[in-house]
Parts: sequence; C-alpha cells; structure tokens
Amino acid sequence: MAACAIAGLAACTTESAPGASTNGSAGGATPTLSAVRARGAVKCGITEGAGFATPDDAGRWRGFDVDFCRAIAVALFNDPDKVQFIPYTQEQRFSGLQSGEVDLLANGTTITSSRALRQSFHFGPIYFYDGQGFLVAKSSKVTKASMLDGATICVQQGTTTELNLTDFARRNKITFHPVVMEDLRAAVSALAGGRCDAISQDGAGLATTRTMLQHPGDYVVLPDRISKEPIAPVVRTGDDAWLEIVNWVFRAPVQAEEYGIDQHNAAQFAQTTDPSIRRFLGLEPGATDGLGLDPQWTLHVIEKVGNYKDIFDRNLGPATPLGIDRGLNKLWTDGGLLYSPPFR
Amino acid sequence: MRRAADRRAIALQGLGLGLTAAVVWWLARNTSVSLAQRGLTLGFGFLRHPANFEIGDTWWLSFTPADSIGRAIVVGLLNTALVSALGCVLAIAVGFVAGILRLSPNPALRGLVRLGVEIVRNTPLLLLLLFLAASLHALPPPRQALSPLHGVFLSDRGLVLPAVSIGRWTVVFVLLAVVALALRHKLGTRWWIAPAACAAAALVSAILRPPAIAAAHLEGFNFVGGVTLSPELAALLAALVLHQSAHISEVVRGAVLAVPRGQRDAAGALGMSRWQTLRLVVMPVALRAMVPLLATNCVSLIKNSSLAVAIGFPDVVSILNTAGNQTGHSIETMLIMIVVYLSLSLLVAAALGRYNAHLLRTGTAIS
Repeated sequence: MAACAIAGLAACTTESAPGASTNGSAGGATPTLSAVRARGAVKCGITEGAGFATPDDAGRWRGFDVDFCRAIAVALFNDPDKVQFIPYTQEQRFSGLQSGEVDLLANGTTITSSRALRQSFHFGPIYFYDGQGFLVAKSSKVTKASMLDGATICVQQGTTTELNLTDFARRNKITFHPVVMEDLRAAVSALAGGRCDAISQDGAGLATTRTMLQHPGDYVVLPDRISKEPIAPVVRTGDDAWLEIVNWVFRAPVQAEEYGIDQHNAAQFAQTTDPSIRRFLGLEPGATDGLGLDPQWTLHVIEKVGNYKDIFDRNLGPATPLGIDRGLNKLWTDGGLLYSPPFR
Repeated sequence: MRRAADRRAIALQGLGLGLTAAVVWWLARNTSVSLAQRGLTLGFGFLRHPANFEIGDTWWLSFTPADSIGRAIVVGLLNTALVSALGCVLAIAVGFVAGILRLSPNPALRGLVRLGVEIVRNTPLLLLLLFLAASLHALPPPRQALSPLHGVFLSDRGLVLPAVSIGRWTVVFVLLAVVALALRHKLGTRWWIAPAACAAAALVSAILRPPAIAAAHLEGFNFVGGVTLSPELAALLAALVLHQSAHISEVVRGAVLAVPRGQRDAAGALGMSRWQTLRLVVMPVALRAMVPLLATNCVSLIKNSSLAVAIGFPDVVSILNTAGNQTGHSIETMLIMIVVYLSLSLLVAAALGRYNAHLLRTGTAIS
C-alpha cells in the first residue's frame, strides 16, 4: 500500500501541465483556452454520483455537475456535447487537474483555506451550498441532530466527516459512538440492519445514500447542517483569463434565474427592452466582451442547458429520486445564498 | 569453468542490487521533489496534535477527541493486539480440534468437518467478514435485547456485560501469585510459601475492597455502563478465527499424517489407547513439524486483521488512515503502519521460533 502511494506521488511529479505556466491576459491567448479551442472540446473532471454525474442508459453523462460542464462547452462552442468527461475518485482529482489532464474540475470539491493556499489551484464561484447532515430511520423519532446524544453513527472513512462530527458533538456536549466504514455500502447495510442510528455525510451525499436503501421512504435526512461545504469549480493557477471564463459561465445560470429567463422562454427575451437584460443576453455589447466568447453566449447557455432552477430541478429537485430541497441554494431574493455579481 | 560461473553470478547479483538501489533512490528523490513542490515536509510532530476524532472501541486505554493523535494510534494498536492475540490462540485451538477430527475414524464426523473446512478455506476472508458482520446486524435492536441473565444483553449493538471493577492491589497480588507459581522450580523445596503468601494478600485486599459489579441499563439509544463487546469486534474475531483455523487444521492434519505409521502401530502393540497414542507418541513428533507453520498462520492472521476497516472496527490501520487523512501526513502514517506490522510479525515469529528451538532440544527426533 505504501509503495503504491509513494509511486503514485512520484508519478505525478514535475511534468508541467500544458498551459499551466504563463499568464494570459483577458481576451488574449490564454493557454488553456487555446488548448481547448485546438482540441475542439473542454475536458471536465467529475466524480460519479447519482444526480451529480452519472451516465444514462445511452451512455450520455447527466447530472448537476455535468450540466455546468456543458454550459462551458456551450459558451465556447455553442454545443453542449463538445465536452469530454473524465471521472475521478476524490484522491485522483487534484493530480488530474495539476497534470493538465482536465481543464477544470466540477466534481463537488469543497472550498477550504488549506486547499486554496497549499495547492496551486483557484476556486471559481460557489455553485452549490452543501453541509454535513444526518440520515436517520423515521421510526427513531429523531427530528433534530441534538437528539442524537448517545447514538451510534456510521461514517465513511476518508473525508473530513469524522472531524466535523466530532467537533459538532464536542460543541453541543453530546456523546456518540462512531463506526467508521471504508465502504459506503457497509454503512448503508449497517443503518438498514439497525447497527447504526444514523449515517453522517454531506447533504447531497445523504440524498444519494437514501436512494441506496431498500425502503428509502422509511428514512429521513435531518434538516440540521453541522458543517459548511461550499462547492465550487477548480482550475489551475496562472491562467486568469480561463478562470474568468469559468467564473462568469458558472454565474450566468444564477443571473438568468434572477431575471426569470429559463430554457423555454429564453427566445422571447430577444425582443426585450429591459436594458440590463439586453446587456446580460449580449443584445447590447459591453457586459462580457473581455472574455473572448460569442457575444450571445449567455443566451445559448440558457437555451441549451437552462438557468439554475432548470439545472437543479432536472437533476436534484423534488421530481427526481434524490428530492433535494433548494435550501441554501435558493436565490438571495428568495432567502437563499445564490447571488451573482451583475453582468454589466 | 566454475570461476567463470561464479563471476557471472556475482556480476548478475551486483546488477540486481544496483538496479534495486537505483529504483529506491529514484522513488525517494521523486517523493522528496513532489513533497517540496507541494510545500509539504516530513515529520512526526503531528503525533502530539489533538486527534479531533472519536474512536468507537477502546480497550484498556481511555480516549477522548482532545487526546493526541499518538494516543489514538496506541489505542488502535491495542485493538489490533487484542484481536491478534485472541485470534491466534482461538484459531490454533479450533484448528487443532478440527485437524484431529478430520482424522477421526467416524466417516460422518470426518466428512462434516471436511465440508466446513473446505467452505471456509475456499471463501475470500473479506466476504466471510462482511457476511458475519451483516448477520450480527440481524440481532434485535437494544430495546428488544435478549437478556439471558441479569445484566447481560445481546443486541445489534453487541454483547453487553456487567462491568466488574476489582481493586488494584488484588490484581497485583493475583499476578504475583501466578508469577510465583510459574517460577516454582527456581524457588527451592519450600516453593509454595511465596505463591501462598501472595494469594493470601490478594484475598485480604479483596475483602478490604470487595469487587464491585455494575450492570448496564438502557438509556436513550444505547446501553450505559457495563462492558460492551461490539459486533464489529465479534465479527472480525469470528471471521479471522474461522478462516485461519481452517488453514491450521490442514497443517495439523498434515503433521499428524507425517508421523510414520510404525510409531502408532508400536504404541498400539504396547497396549496404548488411541488418545494415549495421540498425546504421548504422535503429537510430540507432529508438533515439531507444525510449529513453524503455526507461526506463519499467526503472522497472516495479524496481517489479515487489517481488513477490520471494511466493517468499521477501529484497528491500527483504520486509525492511521483517519489520522493521515486529517493531517495530510499520509507518508508518515504509512511508515508507522509498516513498522507496526513488521514488528508484530517479527515478534510472533521470534516467539514461536524460540518455542520451536525448545521443542527441538527436548522432543524426540523423527527417524
């Protein structure tokens, strides 16, 4: 085991990533953008998970993260299929980005200070607000996390879950008995068998885990969130123009929802007289000229991928098996945290 | 001719050594370069930092999240040691019985044991482990726990027993009495005085501070008080013992069969019973063939115990993984893991090696 880790570390050493070195000026030749244009497709690093990134019956990738990758492809090529998806495990993702194998990661990576400071990455805008929570059996009558005093809690090894859980227990002066599993399926079977009173992991993960149980209806995700898990795309440092493209493409669906523009009504907005919407849709120049994209890229993104609500409802919302509540992922005007800087 | 072959051999070995050294050097250099690139440094200072994670099963040593990572690793090491020690003893005991039964003249018994051994021996250990863990989850929940005796509860949270607290001095005197008994041959003709004195002292201290028994009771989600044998520990122990004892039974059977038939016949001719023959004639010889293989089996049981992480028992690997994950010191934690397993294995090999040497000095020789 040690040998492979050392070999793995050795394997991802000094090769410099294509286009990781020079600073690109906005609109000019950015190394990542020129590599993407030459290739004719964006390479997007994802992590498989129900609702976020899964291949459908026809082998086409679908999911929340996948749709944001497709938005980048639409902004660049006006074609949601000009994207190559590279699935990574949580361990591989950073070396994949660092080595230039992908142009960005949209795989549920949490922004943390140590990741931002210690490694040579930049985070884009937060496109999903998550937090660690609990999945319990309805029969346990537990309705909030503080009622879990003395409970046995199953967690999966390998993330910060154990740390968050322990911090939560110490802060609230409750005790718990952890059972740390290497494989999520073992934890699911332990919850189903009654060995554990709860499973703790990120909220989106809990929704997925719930669907793995034989009787998902008998289990409920508690509303409490005991940690902050802001999810954002990740790019390499040293290519500011590429970072700006990722920034604004990830913000466009949010802004579109705020303006009430969605996949179905987008075409009608071509005749709008509202100056701010005209600027946002590229009907009047100026808002995103510096990115070096098609002036009407936002319109294309909305038509071909959708606004934030379209993307959320299609992949994660109540109509899907995951049934995740918008929660913090509502617009700031609806009491959520989604807030796009203005396009002007 | 011979010289040339020697020289060629030396050259080849030198080449092999050189290549190995080059690979090791390359790995070490690459590691240090990539560590430097990421601004990481090697060091064991993190062992003193607070752990910030909780451990489910703790034996002997108490643990809270505010304790150091080093202490967490020791707790994990004790868990591994507990499983290994109990596992080795039980696996050898069960393996011995199964091996002897395989040689029974009763065909039904022989066949049954053979069936069991073959099933266990040809099933992957991980599968056996997951199967046993899942079976233990089928036990009733704590509120409907089976309680065969007052204070004893069996549920899907494990086997809960009353906690017995014994005075410290009682334990010390009992241990001294045992040591004195073990050394009785070195204590001269009045050897019984020392153990008897220790036993008397133990009795007096037990009267002065009588052992207290505290039974567990159900409170909220779980039992409070008492001692809990967790289902993970039980499943891990059962899987390791089953798996290794199946292998050991084959070793035992082979070793017994290796004893020349003439010795058994001779014992029969002297009028010894089957049991006497086995105990006095066959076993002393067979043991000598067995011991090195028993050592190997124990070592592989210790290494297999690292599968604990699959079912959630906090052994040393599980805790080192968590520690490495949270602190980013994965190379250091892997080095600790290597040292731990290497020393445990060498320790067992050395102990059984000494026992083997002792057998060789005293036992009879196979002719």
